Amino acid sequence: MDPQHAALLAKDIGAGLATIGVAGAGVGIGNLFGAFVSAVGRNPAARDTMFRDVLLGFALTEAVALYALVIALVILFT
Amino acid sequence: MAGPSIDALGQFRLTTGLGPLGASVNFTNSNEAMLAAAVIIVIFFFVGLRARAMIPGRTQALVEILYEFVRNMCVDTIGEGGLRYFPLVFTLFSFILLGNLIGLFPYFFAFTSHIAVTLTLALFVFLFSTGVGFYTHGLRFFKFFVPEGVPVWLLPLLVPIEIISYLSRPVSLSVRLFANMTAGHVMWEVFAGFMLMLTGSLGILGIVASIIPLGLNVALVALELLVAGLQAYVFAILTCLYLHDAVHMH
Repeated sequence: MDPQHAALLAKDIGAGLATIGVAGAGVGIGNLFGAFVSAVGRNPAARDTMFRDVLLGFALTEAVALYALVIALVILFT
Repeated sequence: MAGPSIDALGQFRLTTGLGPLGASVNFTNSNEAMLAAAVIIVIFFFVGLRARAMIPGRTQALVEILYEFVRNMCVDTIGEGGLRYFPLVFTLFSFILLGNLIGLFPYFFAFTSHIAVTLTLALFVFLFSTGVGFYTHGLRFFKFFVPEGVPVWLLPLLVPIEIISYLSRPVSLSVRLFANMTAGHVMWEVFAGFMLMLTGSLGILGIVASIIPLGLNVALVALELLVAGLQAYVFAILTCLYLHDAVHMH
């Protein structure tokens, strides 16, 4: 295998590895909504006020996954 | 690879708009989208608030809901004196919201998917909140970096951490918005590319099979609609939080 192809292959493998970081965000979002469901089970009246904070937490957690995606894109396209 | 390939980032390429006049001053499609967003907001508010009805119609009700939503967010998050910064937060919120929403339409340009745009907005928020901090507290604002109730021997460790986390605010604020919008549009492009690949390589069977990526794209539109609103909200509420830190120092 010549070095140029090897470099391309390494690029693809690196981008694939970079996406592993998304697993952490999956755990985070699962935790978030799990806690939300059990909290609503205890106190259904507080659902609407809690849901706003949950959405904020969801957006903040999802952003972490997107940082991993940005790194993958940077590896792939530069 | 034979057949069509996926050019996921081609959609973010800047081209000049408005004919030869636009080309001579480098007026890009991104600027067109920004101008459209600003004009749409102004016209929308002008039309919505012209009636001034006691019982609002649909447009007026939407304008009032937006206004009250951001106003409550300002008052609740910044606390005392939060109304002073309401115009800034409301401008940022509506500009980013319209930018995200305009970008969802085909053949339109999502200017919030460019890091240059989001970083400019985030840097402005960062510098403004720092300025507010120094304006209200003077040099005592540096005490913001010294956490209270911590043993003195820990301070050499904690103060640099506080400073670094403060300085990383514009980075996280801008990358969050940019990455969310870019990721959504790239996903659309990738699934649309799958459709082209399937029809190009498998014939009739491919046309039938490409219903799956098409359905996924339809579902993604719903998700992106949520993300567009949510990211504008997050940007606005984080602006409020930074202003709260600057005004109240804790």
